[in-house]
Amino acid sequence: MIETLIVLVKIVCALVWFLLITLYLTWAERKESALMQDRIGANRANFFGIRIIGLFQPFADAIKMAFKEDFTPSFSRKFLHDLAPFLSFFFTGVTIATIPFGDILKIGGKEIKLQVLDINVGLLFVLAMLSFTIYGVLLSGWASNNRWTLIGGLRGAAQLISYEVALGLSLIGLVMVFPSLDFSAIVDFQGELLFGWLPKWGIFLQPLGFLIFLFATMAESERVPFDLPEGESEIVGFFTEYGGMKWGMYMFTDFMKVLIISCLLTTLFFGGYQVPWLYADGFRFPWGGEWLLPHGIVVLFQVLMFNIKVFFFCWLQILLRWTYPRFRYDQLMDFGWKLLIPLSLINIVATAIIMSIL
Amino acid sequence: MSELFLVFLVTGVLGIILVLINKILGPKKSNPTKNTPFECGSPYLQDRITPVPIKYYLVAFLFLLFDVEVVFLFPWALVFKKIGSPALIYMAVYILILALGFIYAWKKGAFLWEK
Repeated sequence: MIETLIVLVKIVCALVWFLLITLYLTWAERKESALMQDRIGANRANFFGIRIIGLFQPFADAIKMAFKEDFTPSFSRKFLHDLAPFLSFFFTGVTIATIPFGDILKIGGKEIKLQVLDINVGLLFVLAMLSFTIYGVLLSGWASNNRWTLIGGLRGAAQLISYEVALGLSLIGLVMVFPSLDFSAIVDFQGELLFGWLPKWGIFLQPLGFLIFLFATMAESERVPFDLPEGESEIVGFFTEYGGMKWGMYMFTDFMKVLIISCLLTTLFFGGYQVPWLYADGFRFPWGGEWLLPHGIVVLFQVLMFNIKVFFFCWLQILLRWTYPRFRYDQLMDFGWKLLIPLSLINIVATAIIMSIL
Repeated sequence: MSELFLVFLVTGVLGIILVLINKILGPKKSNPTKNTPFECGSPYLQDRITPVPIKYYLVAFLFLLFDVEVVFLFPWALVFKKIGSPALIYMAVYILILALGFIYAWKKGAFLWEK
């Protein structure tokens, strides 16, 4: 009973963290784009006159969306129209469960792993769930019965499955270096040191794999350099016929994907919650120093480090989104099929050869 | 596996609430004009969806082929460290076949998107 309760609390904590950060990503994106374009950005929403640089904006948006009229166009396929945003949201939402936020936390004789789902195929689980989000995109285009949404949905499906291959292939090299599909085991491997001083993070062992993974996942998130399914200036997007919270769910899924991609990049290539030279009992520096810390502080450091790395990648993705123009369809497909897939094959072969020589 | 079930349950309930929240909280003022498409006034597709370009079909096929091959690579990558260099030879053959298929598709013009 108490075990189930702990799991429930962990799920709720992870989801609240996920959704809250996602809410604030919408704010961060508006502020960062405003900064880049020399504007002020969202700063009007206030709570009893208190503004604090528009920090209440996401909540105002969410409340506004919740009180919109439920609009299902009469010409749409009703059930699928409702089902599509749910699928997008659901399959992106469950992925957060496999991400380790920190090592084991000991409270009152209990050992709590700061990870909801410690399954041994975590990596494959996340890949599978992220591919399921294709159904949300394709179904929304199909169910709306509007030619532009259909084009958007088809483009989305073609793009997602094209980059799916490169995404899978880019991770093969990583799995060879850290032989496990379990996220917590992969993070544990990254706690070791290379040459006695360099943290053994995935980025140092798989630099090419990291780049391919970054581009492939960015394509999966369907944001601006790769926003063909949406294409604001030409087809308006696969969610044209949606309004209110159902549209909000699509926008939310976009940002959830940004966040989950940042989590994956952190976990797989940047050591997850590992702080360089921090062990279970404190810091042990390569130049001989030592700084012993109590257990609680160590876990706090790990969780903070995880958050800092995740926020860095969120920032990076927003920066890239507001820097580059959109690809043309053939450029996008060429980039995926003709560049990323051969490169990831080369990456696998090179990794295999280097590993068998060493 | 009950953990997995709980994760699905909590996320699913949240998703259903979000889908239904407008039906519960929102106003209900419907009229015939509101139900017409607003996207640049183009008529909606009645009961048929026009045929889609064959390119999408080809992409789907290529995806199916290569993604299945990716799935086969995962178990090999997992045991690569244990087996060592013999694994390299086995997989070199496999990746060679994969690459040959890829080059064949390329030369056949599967990646000419503008045609």
